[in-house]
Amino acid sequence: MTLAKTDQLQNYLDAFSAFGVRTERQPAWFRDMRERAFARFCEVGFPTPKDEDWRFTNVSALAQTPFALARRAHASGAAYTDLLRPFRIPGAACQLVFLNGRFAPFLSDLEGLPKGLHVGSLAQALAENNKTVEAHLGRYLNIERDAFCALNTAFTEDGAFVYLPRRTVLDPPICLLFISLPGDNPEMTHPRNLILAEDESEANVVEDYISLGSGVCFSNAVTELVAGESAIISHYMIEREDSQAFNVSTLRTQQGRSANISSHSVLLGGGLVRNNVHPVLAGEGGECLINGLFIGNGSQHMDNYMLVEHASPHCSSRQFYNGILDGHSHGVFHGRIIVHKDAQKTDAKQTNRNLLLSDDAQIDTKPQLEIYADDVKCTHGATIGQVEENALFYLRSRGIEESSARRLLLLAFASECLVRMKSRQVREYLQNIVQGWLPESSRYAGAKAASAGGVERQWEEVG
Amino acid sequence: MSLLEIKNLHANVNNIEILKGVDLEVNAGEVHSIMGPNGSGKSTLAQVLARRETYQITDGQVLLNGKDLLAMKPEEAACEGLFMAFQYPVEIPGISNAYFLRAALNAIRKYRGLEELDAMDFLPLLKEKMRLLEMDERFLSRPVNEGFSGGEKKRNEIVQMAVLEPKMAILDETDSGLDIDALKIVAKGVEAMRSKERAILLVTHYQRLLNYIVPDYVHVLVNGKIVKSGGAELALELEEKGYGWTEPAAATASR
Repeated sequence: MTLAKTDQLQNYLDAFSAFGVRTERQPAWFRDMRERAFARFCEVGFPTPKDEDWRFTNVSALAQTPFALARRAHASGAAYTDLLRPFRIPGAACQLVFLNGRFAPFLSDLEGLPKGLHVGSLAQALAENNKTVEAHLGRYLNIERDAFCALNTAFTEDGAFVYLPRRTVLDPPICLLFISLPGDNPEMTHPRNLILAEDESEANVVEDYISLGSGVCFSNAVTELVAGESAIISHYMIEREDSQAFNVSTLRTQQGRSANISSHSVLLGGGLVRNNVHPVLAGEGGECLINGLFIGNGSQHMDNYMLVEHASPHCSSRQFYNGILDGHSHGVFHGRIIVHKDAQKTDAKQTNRNLLLSDDAQIDTKPQLEIYADDVKCTHGATIGQVEENALFYLRSRGIEESSARRLLLLAFASECLVRMKSRQVREYLQNIVQGWLPESSRYAGAKAASAGGVERQWEEVG
Repeated sequence: MSLLEIKNLHANVNNIEILKGVDLEVNAGEVHSIMGPNGSGKSTLAQVLARRETYQITDGQVLLNGKDLLAMKPEEAACEGLFMAFQYPVEIPGISNAYFLRAALNAIRKYRGLEELDAMDFLPLLKEKMRLLEMDERFLSRPVNEGFSGGEKKRNEIVQMAVLEPKMAILDETDSGLDIDALKIVAKGVEAMRSKERAILLVTHYQRLLNYIVPDYVHVLVNGKIVKSGGAELALELEEKGYGWTEPAAATASR
């Protein structure tokens, strides 16, 4: 079943009226915000490839699917304990589990969490009308510009609320696990997270999106991360849902003076994935690292849309995204950097490297620099190629057989991203996951033949 | 039986003939040096022996320990005991030196029916070889050759050779670009590898390395053919007179 344009809206109108009863405990200010967001979504609808920000990603399949609000899943702990074991990161400080978008306390583990910081359900914080939440939630997101952010806000029910008071330092990661339980009919969830890191706090937060079972579902997540002066926060996003899943996620960070934020994205699963990372360097001397790895296969579509805003002087940003694409998969890297008028001495760098393992895999990579200050350093570069023959020969000449050597080189390429992750627990966990996810060597037969006539393109510009 | 036997080897790259009938026999326990001017085919010979696929073999035969080397893949040649130290070692970001070498050693051990070594057994072995080449232990965890200086890369090649313990080692211009201290360290590493069971083939442009590793035989390769062979003294003669001196011989040989 697919929906025509007018029916698309009706579908969301129905969902929105049904949603009202679920959100009676939300405070009035937030219900108003949701109403406004929904009105905005109805006004603009889903983006089309005519929209410059969506040039390489057609969401019509998503728009035409009649998604209903996800069922409330009732979890009995015992049945899930074994199922969830592979999704627990060893050494984590805590794990919040969300089932179909709603906090599942029985599956969560908050016991190891030290005192003094708060990690819990956003729905609960809203029900308690938490004033800190009111001061920040939805204040950074641009729902005018982005239909998915408007849609998320309109349907916000739950997610994580993380609050780190001044000078709180927590090294073990705070893990948020979002589980989609595909049903008979297409369902959607709109997880919403708020991470507030006061001055000089330090922490690692992981968002992990998975499916239990197979089927069409739509996860439309938004995280607002606010970092105070000199806060050091690493955010990790892992997408490994079912191949029929639609996943749109937006990370919006707001950085204070000398704050240091890292965003790490690892996209492995999902059918159509759009990964928006939007840091705003709002205070002087801020630094941000935007690091990502996407591994596509089959007919997966993975779109990475970076929007780095330099709004203050003396800030630096580094973007590194590596893509490995096999089968008919399609990757996108759109790296936009905006340097505002007053952001002198900006130092922004962007690198996107891609390996195409099959003739039918495709990558679109697009840098977009908008510079309104006059004393800045911005560079960008991209490469598209195959596994390097020189390196392959080097490994083989040491006795490593060809298929293993190829795999090793892919792992090495992926590791370039993994080694930038500072949290040892997360890095080691992801190393195992990625290793298991890399394409099997037998699939390269065609790719190898193609590489002989393949083209390597490379460019770098300094602006 | 010779360890390496090259008979009338002809090889092309992009349809241009580079090797025009090379004959060479190397026995276990011997150190041979192949010298020649730029473009004479030295590196092509080394790469063909290491089984690089960009060269087309048009004629001839190469036997490694009596087996047809030209039918082997690069990894098979390595497992059969061949090693080439690269003139330009390749940088491989994302794989640590230790991980890479253990994977290589275990591939070779597996091929020979030996048990694979775990990290606990392997690390002491690697550290010992690195000490021999005076390489700091921090190179263990650094990505293969990435950000290494020229000299560090060449030393790393010899570390690999020391760990993999090949029967037939080919050093492709390992001396080029080394300062005298690095050259001495490399030479010491190679000398330590000299044994009755092993043969070493030094491919070089200059005589300098041969002051520290004295070869049993020296061969001069000019224009794709070996035009002169002799003992270690031949290298000194070449140093003194230059390669021009061998050219009449080349003309004779090609007649």
